[in-house]
Amino acid sequence: MTATARTSVVFARMGDPEAHQLDRYVATDGYEALRRALAMTPEQVHETVTTAQLTGRGGAGFGTGQKWSLLANTYPRYVVINGDESEPGTFKDRQIMERDPHQVIEGALITAYAVRATRVFLYVRGEMALAQERVGQALADAYAKGYAGDNILGSGWSMDVVLHWGAGAYVVGEETALLESLEGKRAFPRIKPPYFPAAKGLYQQPTVVNNVETVATIPWIIRNSGETYAALGAGRAPGTRIMCLSGHVNRPGNYEVEAANITFRDLLFDPSLGGGIRNGNQLKAFIPGGGSAPWFFEDQLDLPLDPGPVGAEGSMLGSGAVVVMDDTTCAVRAAWNLVRFYAHESCGQCTPCREGGSWLEKIMFRIEAGEGRLEDLDLLLDVGDTIAPGPFPHASWPEKGLAASPFPYKMTTICFVGPSAVVPMHSALTRFREEFVEHINHRGCPKGSAHR
Amino acid sequence: MARLNPTNIERAREVIARYPQPRSAMIPLLHLAQEQDGHITDDAKAHIAELVGVMPAEVHGVSTFYEMFKHEDVGRYLVGVCTNLSCMLLGADELLAHAEDKLGVKVGGTTPDGSFTLEQMQCLAACGGAPCIQVNYRYFENVTPERFDGVIAALSAGTDPEGQAVPPHGTLSRVSLPHPSTDADRERPQEIHS
Ligand SMILES: Cc1cc2nc3c(=O)[nH]c(=O)nc-3n(C[C@H](O)[C@H](O)[C@H](O)COP(=O)(O)O)c2cc1C
Ligand code: SF4
Ligand code: FES
Repeated sequence: MTATARTSVVFARMGDPEAHQLDRYVATDGYEALRRALAMTPEQVHETVTTAQLTGRGGAGFGTGQKWSLLANTYPRYVVINGDESEPGTFKDRQIMERDPHQVIEGALITAYAVRATRVFLYVRGEMALAQERVGQALADAYAKGYAGDNILGSGWSMDVVLHWGAGAYVVGEETALLESLEGKRAFPRIKPPYFPAAKGLYQQPTVVNNVETVATIPWIIRNSGETYAALGAGRAPGTRIMCLSGHVNRPGNYEVEAANITFRDLLFDPSLGGGIRNGNQLKAFIPGGGSAPWFFEDQLDLPLDPGPVGAEGSMLGSGAVVVMDDTTCAVRAAWNLVRFYAHESCGQCTPCREGGSWLEKIMFRIEAGEGRLEDLDLLLDVGDTIAPGPFPHASWPEKGLAASPFPYKMTTICFVGPSAVVPMHSALTRFREEFVEHINHRGCPKGSAHR
Repeated sequence: MARLNPTNIERAREVIARYPQPRSAMIPLLHLAQEQDGHITDDAKAHIAELVGVMPAEVHGVSTFYEMFKHEDVGRYLVGVCTNLSCMLLGADELLAHAEDKLGVKVGGTTPDGSFTLEQMQCLAACGGAPCIQVNYRYFENVTPERFDGVIAALSAGTDPEGQAVPPHGTLSRVSLPHPSTDADRERPQEIHS
């Protein structure tokens, strides 16, 4: 790892337990970027973010400046900040909202200015009581001191920010489901086309949906220039990003890194990052980008955290969540755990997701519980194929002469929840087929797992 | 069975005024009704339907889609154990089994004294502190069986577990949120550099 690979952009205030207070925020450059942005034209602000090559941190990794330029030219138009964080393994947006909420508000205001929005909504996940309180208090304080609301900082520009909160449903995080939910409906993802948020978003009006971490990065970019940000890191998505590291590592936690300048080996093993596998165990597998990302193994450790090479090797960086499994882990149980999650979170609109997901869950469970049959292995792949037909992404396995199948996949469903139920099953079955067979032959889990 | 009381009608009107369309207030108003009654009642659904201008069936459809809304009484403390992957890898299934033993109820059950309802939760965005639990959506991370017992003992004794205040189930934040402008000009682009 290079000495500069740890740079604090979004996490600059994490050393200060009082950073959520307005006076602490203002004392550490807070709202300075908003002041500077308002002295620029909206086009100049937009250009700065494009130059920074900032990409979305919510999962899809789309260019932020590029996304902003797709907005249809009608009004009113909205900015919606996605704080619904619930992808398994991901825990960065909550930390940002709880500990530096003004940075999110400032980034959202600058976004609204750049895209000429008429109102901002901050959608915070329902189960995050403290984040709601912190963001709510920050918003009230920002209004009281003229950083939000009418005639912001005496510039003549006014912007309202509305705090909204959810009530528990993973699919809300999908951007069109988020908009349905914000309209007071069940969170059914919309069909794209025509419902691209930039064209027909909230109340059918042009809408920018950005993730909490994405907008929290913007104040730094405005203060330090787009070029300075783009010079951090390397690869297709330069700059820093927060990697959420969990599972069987010695030092789980959120780490802000110049992602493309480090490898997964650095992230897992560097003493200042993951610090290695717990109890000196061996690595079995790791998930590089949240529960819906295909699994990686020892062979992928030297890949940089760069969307290009990670995609070519069969997975994605997604939401930046890396989950590490050591060699004590039962692959069937771990995969079943995630399949169960995606099956449970299906909104039910698409038959392949609703029926296929629960089928996958049932079959995986019976294998783990010792009631599986050998035919179940083909059945799993068949059911998977109805949800995501054709070649399915997976990592290479040089020892067995298996080449990587690149990300992404084809799908028969409206959104990615359906295929996400296929991912863990497919990754585990491709790599650990003999463990599945062992469960079936020995009528149970060799590791004797509890069944939940 | 109750409609919103006069104070909550006032609060509901304030919430509705934050949105360009009243229907957007649906989820916040359901939270308000749940705070008032402990769960979502038929009368509250009918009342919310009137307030936001939709059919009661639509309020019902929304209220049953989201897992935080309860349709019957739950305990004063909703104890949720996350069993998603990162927590499972560090003992969440065993922790949940311990919780069932300790509270003497299965997942979904409420203790006879009405104090605790046990839930199995999806990833709570605290995976770095696995295994984790929430009590009324307040976090406790790196939870061992002993710490779990400590949290339950503190709540039973009416004290703050590990120094963290946990208000009764359904209690909403009392932060007073700003009122957006109703000026129609806000619906149009603003030019400050001409
Ligand atoms: C099933 C599903 C769940 C998602 N959950 C989240 C989420 O919790 N938070 C988030 O920011 N993006 C989530 N996304 C991605 C959003 O759809 C969207 O791409 C993102 O919020 C856009 O912001 P960005 O461009 O700044 O990343 C999810 C996507 C899918 C398909
Ligand atoms: S894929 Fe699943 S979650 Fe997504 S829209 Fe279809 S049924 Fe709903
Ligand atoms: S897996 Fe338990 S908090 Fe994420």
